[in-house]
Amino acid sequence: MESQSILERLGILADAAKYDASCASSGTSGRNSLGGKGIGSTEGMGICHAYAPDGRCISLLKILLTNHCVFDCHYCINRKSSNVRRARFTPQEVADLTLSFYRRNYIEGLFLSSGIVKSSNRTMEQLIEAARILREEHDFRGYIHLKTIPEADPELVHEAGLYADRVSINVELPTDSGLTRLAPDKDARQIEGAMGRTKDDIAETSDARKRFRHAPRFVPAGQSTQMIVGADAATDADIVDKASRLYGSFGLRRVYYSAFSPIPDASAVLPLKRPPLIREHRLYQSDWLMRFYGYKPAEVMQAAGADGMLPLDIDPKLAWALKFRDRFPLDVNRAAREDLLRVPGLGVGAVDRILAARRHRTLRLDDVARLTQSIAKVRPFLCTVDWRPTALTDRADLRALLAPKQEQLELFAA
Amino acid sequence: MSALRHIELDTCYLVHLPEPDDFDAWRERARVLIQCDVPPDRIVWTAAGGAGDLFARGDSRLPAPAPNAPPVRASRRFVELARQAALHTDPERFALLYRLLWRLQADPRIMEDKADLDVRRIEERSKAVRRDSHKMHAFVRFRRVESDEEENGEHYVAWFEPEHHILRANAGFFVRRFAYMKWSILTPRGSLHWDGETLEEGPPAQRGDAPTGDPMEDLWRTYYASIFNPARLKVGAMLKEMPRKYWKNMPEAALIPELIAGAQKRELQMVAEGALETEDRPGTLKAVDKAIHQCRRCPIGCLDNRAVMGEGPKDAALMIVGEQPGDQEDLAGRPFVGPAGQLLDRYLEKAGVDRKDAYLTNAVKHFKFVQRGKRRLHQSPTAKEIDICRWWLESEREIVQPKLILATGASAARGILGKTVSISKTRGEPIPLEDNSELWVTAHPSYLLRLDGEAKEKQTRLFEADLAAVKERLAELAG
Repeated sequence: MESQSILERLGILADAAKYDASCASSGTSGRNSLGGKGIGSTEGMGICHAYAPDGRCISLLKILLTNHCVFDCHYCINRKSSNVRRARFTPQEVADLTLSFYRRNYIEGLFLSSGIVKSSNRTMEQLIEAARILREEHDFRGYIHLKTIPEADPELVHEAGLYADRVSINVELPTDSGLTRLAPDKDARQIEGAMGRTKDDIAETSDARKRFRHAPRFVPAGQSTQMIVGADAATDADIVDKASRLYGSFGLRRVYYSAFSPIPDASAVLPLKRPPLIREHRLYQSDWLMRFYGYKPAEVMQAAGADGMLPLDIDPKLAWALKFRDRFPLDVNRAAREDLLRVPGLGVGAVDRILAARRHRTLRLDDVARLTQSIAKVRPFLCTVDWRPTALTDRADLRALLAPKQEQLELFAA
Repeated sequence: MSALRHIELDTCYLVHLPEPDDFDAWRERARVLIQCDVPPDRIVWTAAGGAGDLFARGDSRLPAPAPNAPPVRASRRFVELARQAALHTDPERFALLYRLLWRLQADPRIMEDKADLDVRRIEERSKAVRRDSHKMHAFVRFRRVESDEEENGEHYVAWFEPEHHILRANAGFFVRRFAYMKWSILTPRGSLHWDGETLEEGPPAQRGDAPTGDPMEDLWRTYYASIFNPARLKVGAMLKEMPRKYWKNMPEAALIPELIAGAQKRELQMVAEGALETEDRPGTLKAVDKAIHQCRRCPIGCLDNRAVMGEGPKDAALMIVGEQPGDQEDLAGRPFVGPAGQLLDRYLEKAGVDRKDAYLTNAVKHFKFVQRGKRRLHQSPTAKEIDICRWWLESEREIVQPKLILATGASAARGILGKTVSISKTRGEPIPLEDNSELWVTAHPSYLLRLDGEAKEKQTRLFEADLAAVKERLAELAG
């Protein structure tokens, strides 16, 4: 095994890490390398240094320390009973690789996770060691995201938080029964306990920093988690419900949804068929509705059908508006911000532009067209001084008018 | 508009800016011109590097404002946007800025009117510049140059082609990020050099001035190709954020066409390797029987053996699961008929359980062995093989729907639970299953055959106790 070159091991360990959706490098404390002995800066906004053909951003060097694992989670390519090639890096090798990539401006930092070897604590210590080498020996001031290991000691998780910008632990499946079935070695209560402790630690240190200027920072970019969609029978309503509870109880910055994707050497317990990628997209849209558009979880679920699934052909906001047609059309020149946010096709930016512009003039349809992406999409839900969508909102075929046209399938469409 | 007090009616001004990205120079001149009440249509703005207006004629000396001229007003939002829009390649940008500044004097809140055409133009230009800057932060790729003369020995050089005049405005970002590193960024519009302490500006460069490669790029390309998930190709999303115009200066971009072309093949391969189940489960025991005879999902199915189907009533309350058929089961085509099966029969009888009432089957349906001379030696199935065969065991469970399952041995327990459990820790207690049935775990009878002496006695007692408990529990469940 030791004969594997760095190149081979990087291939194996990056391949093993690709099922984690998160690659964000935003929202941490601002800092730079001026006056330091190393490199690195974070300026609030994350930077995507490249995009892979799967459309996902490559911002961080996302790898596992090792893909050896004593756990046997069925959806995971690295589970004990899988036949994948195994490899491992030392913490020093990870630190060197991170710095080499960073100096060439390939990445914003490191996202380090690991399979569980020997014990949870031993694994967690190794992850922390890689972060420590970067921060202390090389004065690295870029972004570090560490995965915390289920069942690792709270003190170790706390130590990880002192080096990392963000920590995360995956809830993996939206329902406890799904977790028991597909990740028999993991325990939902333990995962949520770890999230709760991190939340308390964040609150405590941010309180300390208010009083003592030099109090240590603790995960300035907060914590996140990931749920796998489509590996068990959970409906979209279950998932939205779980996500809203996670946001509420643990103050998470982000909940990532990852459509279950076929993995090599899959376990026979797994489904079935992979869910359409669009389902993951609709869940992200519903997530946005809750976080930026003021929808309550229950309202998002109203957009779902009787089977608890969000429609795939139209976005959840349009689905909600079609169900509650009596709330439209809205008068662009009068409606409140929170009502305008419910108009399908109006984003947060467009709503703010409308609010600013209507202080200066009474808006006509042309004005609205200039302020929005697509007038055709918003027109049925709005009135202006020169426009009233008379019978539009009452039409039975409104959905068909507004749903995106079916495109011819691409040969290689995913 | 107020009367033109300080200039002749037909005077035109030709204002030249020394640098194409010099916002401060524009700001200085614009302030003077506004104070002198020069309307926008009397000024032609040109900047170095841009094409001048061939037909422009005018005075290139600026007028002097009156000492009591009112100060020029500009909202913070305007200055913010103008500073960025000034870096745009649009030759009309400075005229646009002046026109807006002129209108701002009369209507200080004009920037809030997002439906105004000029406001929209400045916002679009500023947005384009911000995007270009952001892409520069993201897509600059340094290459290392070794040089012996310098003490530090490392110098990082990048070649980049920005769309707008953004090089100087973004120097700060790279200085803050790579403060402790020597680097140069070369572009067709100029270059920047940082030696760890001071920043120097240099003349425009050519692609040939930059190094052609870096050994680290092989690692980076490997990373790029490995982190890409071929099961979720979204080329449109990639192109939107990483347009083709940037590709030529990014080492990883050369891989994109082959990654896309290979994606479908790779996904099919992943699915095939994973033998991912997409068909429906067989609905009858007969169908299971037929299907397992054709199953080649794991290597055991390819050995010289035959599938052994479970046997027993299809509404049995008790299901007994073993590990896999042995040599004799394989020959007979029935489960639990070899030495271990005979032992099981004896203890079942002793515990008062009628074998004919139970459904007997195995976690793995084929006999796994190695040939040693004339003998076929039993080999334990791997966890992976048990997991693959779970598909058939679960099909049998769904059809028979037993109230109680007795797993004999660790392989059988894994076939039911999907994870490996310790027999000594789990025996003697029911484990609830998802379908409201329950699992009891005990040792495999062949284990008793391998022991002798005290250990055999102890294990036999435990085995008998397990069977007795199962018998008792069955009676409870029936009642």
